[in-house]
Amino acid sequence: MAARGLLADGVPPEAIAWTTEDGGDLFGGSETPSPAPAAFSVPKAFVDLTQDIICHSDPARFALAYRLLWRLQSEKHLFEIASDTDVTRARLMAKSVHRDDHKMRAFVRFKEIGSKGPRRRFMAWFEPDHFIVARAAPFFQRRFTDMDWIIATPKGTAAWDGEHLTTREELAENPDLHDDADSLWRTYYCHIFNPARLKVRAMQSQMPKKYWKNLPEAELIPDLIAEAETRTGQMIAGRNRDQVPARRPR
Amino acid sequence: MKRTLKDKLAILSDAAKYDASCASSGTTNRNSVKSGGLGSTEGSGICHAYAPDGRCISLLKILMTNFCIYDCAYCINRSSSNVERARFTPEEVVWLTLEFYRRNYIEGLFLSSGIIRNSDYTMEQMVRIARNLRVEHNFQGYIHLKTIPEASAHLIEQAGLFADRLSINIELPTDAGVEKFAPQKHPANIRRSMGELKSHIDAASEPTLRTKQRKRFAPAGQSTQMIIGADTATDATILGTSAGLYGKYQLRRVYYSAFSPIPDASSLLPPAKPPLMREHRLYQADWLYRFYGFGIEEIVAARPDGMLDLEVDPKLAWALGNRDRFPVDINTAEREMLLRVPGFGVRTVDALIAGRVHTRMGLDDLKRLKVSLKKVKPFIVANGWTPLKVLDRADLRTLFAPEPRQLVLL
Repeated sequence: MAARGLLADGVPPEAIAWTTEDGGDLFGGSETPSPAPAAFSVPKAFVDLTQDIICHSDPARFALAYRLLWRLQSEKHLFEIASDTDVTRARLMAKSVHRDDHKMRAFVRFKEIGSKGPRRRFMAWFEPDHFIVARAAPFFQRRFTDMDWIIATPKGTAAWDGEHLTTREELAENPDLHDDADSLWRTYYCHIFNPARLKVRAMQSQMPKKYWKNLPEAELIPDLIAEAETRTGQMIAGRNRDQVPARRPR
Repeated sequence: MKRTLKDKLAILSDAAKYDASCASSGTTNRNSVKSGGLGSTEGSGICHAYAPDGRCISLLKILMTNFCIYDCAYCINRSSSNVERARFTPEEVVWLTLEFYRRNYIEGLFLSSGIIRNSDYTMEQMVRIARNLRVEHNFQGYIHLKTIPEASAHLIEQAGLFADRLSINIELPTDAGVEKFAPQKHPANIRRSMGELKSHIDAASEPTLRTKQRKRFAPAGQSTQMIIGADTATDATILGTSAGLYGKYQLRRVYYSAFSPIPDASSLLPPAKPPLMREHRLYQADWLYRFYGFGIEEIVAARPDGMLDLEVDPKLAWALGNRDRFPVDINTAEREMLLRVPGFGVRTVDALIAGRVHTRMGLDDLKRLKVSLKKVKPFIVANGWTPLKVLDRADLRTLFAPEPRQLVLL
């Protein structure tokens, strides 16, 4: 780890320019950083935070991590001051990584692909903001254990075959898959929506538009919003005694 | 014409959308690594989608059937409604749950049902679905079953064995409301069932003497729901009922569901848009009661009519009515009082308490903690900041209350 040598040599943060080459990074990609030797022990909070922020897509992440490490040598309680400028920035970066990781767990949509063996096979395409494929992959392994799956992204790929979980950093291409179950899911999405409670902003703050292109249900959203007022009005007026014409999606 | 699975799904999710809960958190940590099966529950649940009503979609929330022998006025599925009817077979529910789960659409199943034949028959069918998922299919995802209040004890016991959460709807805030709008339901029976669930849950949290193992019973506890705005109960009454339920039955959550116009509504009910802001204020008040150390009587003291202020949130309303308790010095005040500052959440308060040991906290610190300075400034003293006479202003409220808007936009 480059940072360890620099710190041992007493190189201050402002004397270093951190760069990445061809997507490779100075902290060794997705590998877990080895614990620092006793010569300069760091609080666990630093180790945890560094593991988060090195997944961030901002090239300034290494400089920030080193500056925190440097300051920790003289400011032992730095991490207890949540309002410190560097600590705040690091925590915001970590938060962004956590959110991206969480949204990946939420918005990956598996589509079934043909299988030769007894195990069913699925594939998903997802577009994360940060380098989170390796850190999110074990979650999918623990959850989707009895099926084979591949999650392809522009920032790497993860795959599980029942025995091995493999992650690769090469960028993948959108495979353009089709799954009939998506149509049932769209039916559900359409009918669980209550048009009398339309709150578009609340939806979009949690499910920003950038995710929509890979969510099979999102294509319904514009029409559901457009028809909501009319459907609610009909229910209030009680004009339609049989059923409110909820659109049945394809 | 025979209904397709898709037709049934449309009808039975339409029928389920008035249940507010979609929570899938707070159960045991499980995964399928050892069993080689399907599913996991790890800490907080995941919202896999959001509908344009802003609500999280975490579970496949459906009714097993919307045929019902009861005639509750507020319910879309009441026996006198002209709504289209359908019924899933247990196998269909199991199939949908598993296939939706495999595609990562959902965290699990929230199954409710209209009552067909009788309570035990209905409950037995629901338990069969949960058992089938767990036992036949080795499914470790989340299961929430709405229990039928009059169902036999042995069925409830089995439900708790397979489900993460059980719930029974209290329906309306007062007994009189239930008797008026749901004449076949009996508030005393609903409470008795809640009490029985509580004893089962309590018993399962103790390891047994013989095996030292905990028996499994609804590890995510029980919750309930009441409809707001269908009857004339005030917010003070509603919150008082909730506090009683939290205390007596240790419910994880009381959900408030703003009465929403339904197709073919009963003439007993107000034909109006759901009171969404009122529902929101009730949730905020509920939160203050459970996590911020407020008493219900303090929260509702501000207005003589027993209603919460719709323009400002209940914490701010309390602060405006208790200005002698402010300003609060963020560098010295007790946690209890910091929690009462409008604009401070639990996390902010904890960060302040941890940080102020090492440095004096000022407005810049608050800004970096993402606190709204506009909101907190009148109520605090910080390093380099004292709120001169802001607190004495008679028009302080207008600094916070929203601009008047056209009614149609609300």
